[in-house]
Amino acid sequence: MIKPNRLSPEQYAENFSDIKPPFDNKEAALVEANRCLFCYDAPCTKSCPTSIDIPKFIKQITTDNIKGSAHTIFVSNILGGGCARVCPVEKLCEGSCVYNLLNEPPIPIARLQRYSTDPAIENKWELFHRKPDIPVKVAVVGAGPAGLSCAHVLSREGINVTIFEKEAKGGGLMTYGIAAYKVTPESCQDEVDYITSLGGIDIKYNQTLGVDFSLDDLQRDYDAVYLGIGVGLANKLNIPGEDLEGVEDAIRFIYDLRSHPLNKIAVGDRVAVIGMGNTAIDAATQSKRLGAKEVTMVYRRTASEKTCTQHELDIALLDGCNMLWLAAPKEIVGTNGKVSALVCDLMKLGAPDKSGRPAPEPTGETITLEVDMVIKATGQSPYTELVNQEHLDNQKGKISVHNTATNIPSVFAGGDCVNGGKEAVDAVQAGKDGAAAILDFLKIKSK
Amino acid sequence: MADISANFLGIKSPNPFWLASAPPTDKKYNVLRAFEAGWGGVVWKTLGSQVKNVSSRYSAVNFNNTRVMGLNNIELISDRPLEINLREIEECVKLFPDRAMIVSLMADNNRNSWHELIKKVEDTGAHGFELNFGCPHGMTERGMGASVGQDPEIARMVVEWVMEKATIPVITKLTPNVHSVVPTGKAVVEAGSNALSLINTIQSVTGIDLDTFVPNPFVGGKSVFGGYCGPAVKPIALKFLTTISQNPVTKKVPVSGIGGISNWKDAVEFMLLGCTTVQVCTAAMTHGFRIVEDMCEGLNNWMDEKGFKTIEDFIGKSVDTITKWEELDINYHHVANINQDKCIHCGLCYITCEDTSHQAINLAYGDPYNIYSIKEDDCVGCNLCQLVCPVEQCITMVEKRVAPEYLNWVEFKKQGLPLNDH
Repeated sequence: MIKPNRLSPEQYAENFSDIKPPFDNKEAALVEANRCLFCYDAPCTKSCPTSIDIPKFIKQITTDNIKGSAHTIFVSNILGGGCARVCPVEKLCEGSCVYNLLNEPPIPIARLQRYSTDPAIENKWELFHRKPDIPVKVAVVGAGPAGLSCAHVLSREGINVTIFEKEAKGGGLMTYGIAAYKVTPESCQDEVDYITSLGGIDIKYNQTLGVDFSLDDLQRDYDAVYLGIGVGLANKLNIPGEDLEGVEDAIRFIYDLRSHPLNKIAVGDRVAVIGMGNTAIDAATQSKRLGAKEVTMVYRRTASEKTCTQHELDIALLDGCNMLWLAAPKEIVGTNGKVSALVCDLMKLGAPDKSGRPAPEPTGETITLEVDMVIKATGQSPYTELVNQEHLDNQKGKISVHNTATNIPSVFAGGDCVNGGKEAVDAVQAGKDGAAAILDFLKIKSK
Repeated sequence: MADISANFLGIKSPNPFWLASAPPTDKKYNVLRAFEAGWGGVVWKTLGSQVKNVSSRYSAVNFNNTRVMGLNNIELISDRPLEINLREIEECVKLFPDRAMIVSLMADNNRNSWHELIKKVEDTGAHGFELNFGCPHGMTERGMGASVGQDPEIARMVVEWVMEKATIPVITKLTPNVHSVVPTGKAVVEAGSNALSLINTIQSVTGIDLDTFVPNPFVGGKSVFGGYCGPAVKPIALKFLTTISQNPVTKKVPVSGIGGISNWKDAVEFMLLGCTTVQVCTAAMTHGFRIVEDMCEGLNNWMDEKGFKTIEDFIGKSVDTITKWEELDINYHHVANINQDKCIHCGLCYITCEDTSHQAINLAYGDPYNIYSIKEDDCVGCNLCQLVCPVEQCITMVEKRVAPEYLNWVEFKKQGLPLNDH
């Protein structure tokens, strides 16, 4: 049965506490910071989509220059606080730390990054100063990582930025789409407030593109427009039973979980999560932590082809989630309009497909899982309808850009709405790239 | 099992590890704990002139994760009543007759004071004296300690007074707060000192508190130059020691080495440069007396590996390897080599060579790992890359002699060979 309020307040608190807590004290941080070799042309920096000068910010921790350290992080990544919590660091910075080559634990870069950014956000350190106001206005659509990052760069140059956000809070998927034990709603809000504390950035909430305003309006009223509208709900499975009560979209599920009290979030007794990306992991672990008795992750390939990181998979395994490899959903069976089972084709691996991974093929056999809830997490769909409606050139809904410029003059785009859905840190970089292109377009020289 | 016992002018100890004259050897309680822990001997904290101490007394230099890389102190000589010290020394000698008991002395600057003090201490049964001519703070303002050690003639005079009276071996402890320890060393040996010990602490300001703007140690809003010791001073001590071990006069007497000795390896280095025993203070003050266990075991294992039966077998073995620059072989040349299998691509070798040395390392860009290799023709063999490399044996120096024959600077110049040709 799908029902809320399965746990005591203490259990909820414990299950949703910070999975990667910050360093308790300076000494602990220094032990790790001092291990850093201060590599030249550092592999960690090269593996960071925003190119944070990691050896420098870590060195600055060792010299008691925490403000300098926070500035080093934020100048490359204004969402450095959130990224320290949500980045899959084991495949980015920490994954390329040279200590891995010595079979030693890498420097805990993310935790050190929190060590510097947490106090900056908490104490609202003024690490950036806007240049004097200039009579230029830019509209940004979407207050997610891409939009916020773009807005911050532009505002630093004295530009007046207005962000239009369809939700009631900023942060985008940071706020609405990531497991609650990674980032708390409060930390997301603090981060948005910190970014806007620079000045020159006005966020207008509950404003949806295509509903409350159009791209034409923005083009008319602003000198340039940046679209960081992200992606929408999960891809459809296109199998029978998809409309039954109890079939959930992972993004919707996590969105609800992030925007309501935990004891109000309903979860089934036996949950199947379809997909093996990081969002699927988040949905599975959150279901389990909400009190589901049994959670099974269903994936049509094997562990070798999974798109989540091993670290993420380990979290799900440690939470007691079951893994069903080589199984592709075939039908969702219902009783009285509610989910009662998931039938899957058992698969085997065949020749590589165009992703280079072996393509799964049906074996002819099936397996039936008795479940009362199915969560779909097989990738997200772009806002195809919206971008077509706004006459934006696109490929299957992904906005086509040339150096962040769209086909529409003065309109730029970046982040998930262009790449189809990558990490938050990729969106932050996309926002910086977009801002650079806009400055160039407006003939404003930065620095 | 090697024999690690020491015989210093007839003063025997089961191992060459003594505790230096300092707070750890200030009273019976500590000394008995040290002997129980296994220390071979102690130099009792300096007795003599009447003093009064202040607080605070210590400050330190930390380096990255290492605390107390260097220790600084402004504590004076023993501030306990002389009679109590003498009684306790006697008791310790009786309880541990196999350990060396040396007593450090600093009497007021007159013959009588020294004679009286020597007589009283000899009555305790102590085995030897160490003359404190090195204390660099407080006592110097009263014409004692380093004030004596810094003037060879004053030091000579005091040693002459001491030798008139002493019947047990006398070690003179030298101050490093001079351009060379040799003049004073020579003067005191000529005056009859039976042995030397070095170094005492080095005058220092360890650092300034960036909030109060006052250096540490902080004494009511002011500070004062202190005496610096600990691992940071070891290289300086070894240099001074070498000059004593090479001088024709001073090399004739045994030396007890002091200065940042923290483990058996440090001790062996001092012994290779001529010390018969070594004295430890800071390492014990930062970790307790238990460190002597590994010192004994490590020394023993090393001697067994090298085939040394007694410490006499290797004392002084490295003295002759330190020579004058003009005697170095100019035809000796080596270049760095990077073992690509061991390289972890940190780039430290590259950036140090590129920014501060000879641009002799090539960078081939990689994502995320660059490949670094040596440009042998540009490498001058300075070793910097090897020093900064975090992986043992990743960068090695490969010998590439310029010519087979030995060629020193004197000969080089005589032959009119090209200069400044790099």
